[in-house]
Amino acid sequence: MTNETTERRVIDVVSLYPNDMNIYGDSGNVLTIRRRLALYGYEPVIHHYNQGDDWPEHVDMILGGGGQDSGQSKIIDDFFTRADLLRELAADGVPMLMICGMYQLFGEYFETSEGKRLDGIGVIGAYTVGQDVRMIGNLVEHSNDFGDVIGYENHSGQTFLREGVAPLGHVNAEGRGNNGEDHTEGARVNNVIGTYMHGSLLPKNPKISDFLIAKAAERRYGAFEPQVTDTAKAELDRLEHFAVEARRVAASRPR
Amino acid sequence: MVKSNGQAGLSANDVDVRHTAAPRKAWNAFATPAIGKGVRALSRLLKHGGSAFPGRIVEQVDPGFLARTLAQLPLGVVLVSGTNGKTTTTRMVASMLRSLGLKVFTNPTGSNFTRGVVSALLTEVTMGGRLDADIAVLELDEAYAVHFVRQVRPRYALLLNVMRDQLDRFGEIDNTARLLSHVAETTTGTVVLNREDPRIARLAGVVPDGTGVYYFGLSDDLRSFFPTDDDMHRTDVVDGGQPTGERKAGNALPADVALTRVGDHHADFLMDGATFSTDVHLEGVYNLFNAAAALAVVRAVVADAADAMPNIHPTDDDLIAAVAEVTPAFGRGESIDVNGTNVELLLVKNPMGFRLALTSFDPAGHDTMIVINDEYADGRDMSWLWDVDFTGLRGTGVGMVSGVRAWDMALRLGYDDVAVDDVNPDIDAAVDAFLAKDAGRPKRIYCTYTSMLKVRAHLGRIADVADAGVGRE
Repeated sequence: MTNETTERRVIDVVSLYPNDMNIYGDSGNVLTIRRRLALYGYEPVIHHYNQGDDWPEHVDMILGGGGQDSGQSKIIDDFFTRADLLRELAADGVPMLMICGMYQLFGEYFETSEGKRLDGIGVIGAYTVGQDVRMIGNLVEHSNDFGDVIGYENHSGQTFLREGVAPLGHVNAEGRGNNGEDHTEGARVNNVIGTYMHGSLLPKNPKISDFLIAKAAERRYGAFEPQVTDTAKAELDRLEHFAVEARRVAASRPR
Repeated sequence: MVKSNGQAGLSANDVDVRHTAAPRKAWNAFATPAIGKGVRALSRLLKHGGSAFPGRIVEQVDPGFLARTLAQLPLGVVLVSGTNGKTTTTRMVASMLRSLGLKVFTNPTGSNFTRGVVSALLTEVTMGGRLDADIAVLELDEAYAVHFVRQVRPRYALLLNVMRDQLDRFGEIDNTARLLSHVAETTTGTVVLNREDPRIARLAGVVPDGTGVYYFGLSDDLRSFFPTDDDMHRTDVVDGGQPTGERKAGNALPADVALTRVGDHHADFLMDGATFSTDVHLEGVYNLFNAAAALAVVRAVVADAADAMPNIHPTDDDLIAAVAEVTPAFGRGESIDVNGTNVELLLVKNPMGFRLALTSFDPAGHDTMIVINDEYADGRDMSWLWDVDFTGLRGTGVGMVSGVRAWDMALRLGYDDVAVDDVNPDIDAAVDAFLAKDAGRPKRIYCTYTSMLKVRAHLGRIADVADAGVGRE
């Protein structure tokens, strides 16, 4: 046993609109953060924030997922009432992961193929245009910060990043990623990550999980200081082994 | 090979179901049964795999064959669709109608697409093109159901549920509901709907004038056993919490048949205010709800059949007796004896099906194996595994994980804090190792579709495995 303390080190994680924005297994991201926080000796508190709920007093990390059109329309009014707050938290360095539908809503706007424009909250300098072709399939992207990111994209919107906005990574082939044209995928603004990657993303990409956790801990406690028991170490090793193998196989599968 | 969504190349929008083609006879139609049967015999002879192959030829030379042949049936067509439970429910409806004395044509397990129906019809029709049956009971995948109703308007439609299945195939579940609404719109006799699934219950609104609507449902206290797709996600799966069972739809609608009590191989059904208790061979509580669905559509058929076939007038007791006789279908809890070891096979295709299977079968006393493939028929995207709660396996752990995506499954179990004894992506080797360990102790294997075919084929080499009519596609 190393460093066991009785001090509580809470990390407050908001799962954003889990009732309506939860498609394609994105709840796996919340589970991954919760387990890893606990294994690192933190006490995860997950707040399931749905429209109309009170905003938690303390927020160290925010996780959002994809949704159907009907899900997006259900949350949109509430989302706009939280827009200023979310922009402030993002500017203040709160780590956030926004997948698919929430990635689009964190951009500037979404224009449907019929020309109807829906506003986003503009945390990420990006806009999305609807198209009829769906980009769908296994995907590997290359990221400077996180190495290869492995996942499964499934979206019809084409997202274009404004000049100066960094993508999460780059894809080799045409017809995939943000818009199928410029070989970018996702976006990274401050500690906010937007991406189309499902899979779930975090279990197979522990580097991104640990980045979010480290940023949350640094912001709240000044530093990320894992306190890992021997049992927790063994469990982290087991998860690492499974993730390495799962990544290898996923990268070899047909689209 | 993955194609974009819609394996039938259909979306809700590109189908105008109101222009149902009249069964038109091609000039060469007289020869269709002979051609089709010939192709079938030839393809078997040449081992040109594919039960759908003769269907493809016939669809090309005589596109009116399907509609013309099914139009002969005095009691028409029962179409069964929905995400979960199609196969078992179709089997139940067909089996019940047969035990009531009707001649039933049904499509074999697994061929739930129009071409499969055409192929199956070819083996049944006479050389003169006559089909010796009173009624057809057809299971169709949601996208193919739309394709089918463009050619044949069903007299009865039984619509079970809309769940997140392979979303990469159909897009979003609201879109899947739209596919089924085309079925409701074109049904001429009675549409039977699940009142507990709001997306299905809502389809009553599109049923044409003159077509009846029946509901099947659950008593209030059973709802938590059968969460809808929305319920399943209402409580975050990561918490391992049970859905609340609060339901907006449902209660107010009258159920023609309601499942009111479930037990071990036992169920109570409420029909017209009377409760009927029966033992069943079916495995898993969800199949008892499917039985309520089957009862409801059979009651609708029976009510109409009284005119057409005066010698058939079963009572509700007869219907319940027919439910008791139904046996599980392929991969729905079938048991295989492998050299003295009982091996139970369970097909899992989507998060809800997997969840229901895990809550229906107590892992205690069994060794558990999970086999996950990601071929087209399984779904390429592994995201769905993260919508299944595996915490119920913490107590026993999992003995073996296999399949192409074995490591994804192991990772999923890892995050749910479930012990994994062994991982081997090679299915044959994994099955051997799993059976060898602690031989004699009952085993349970959860498989995706293509991995089920592999597991059965392998078991077939070492034990007696019934031909369930699948495995040739």
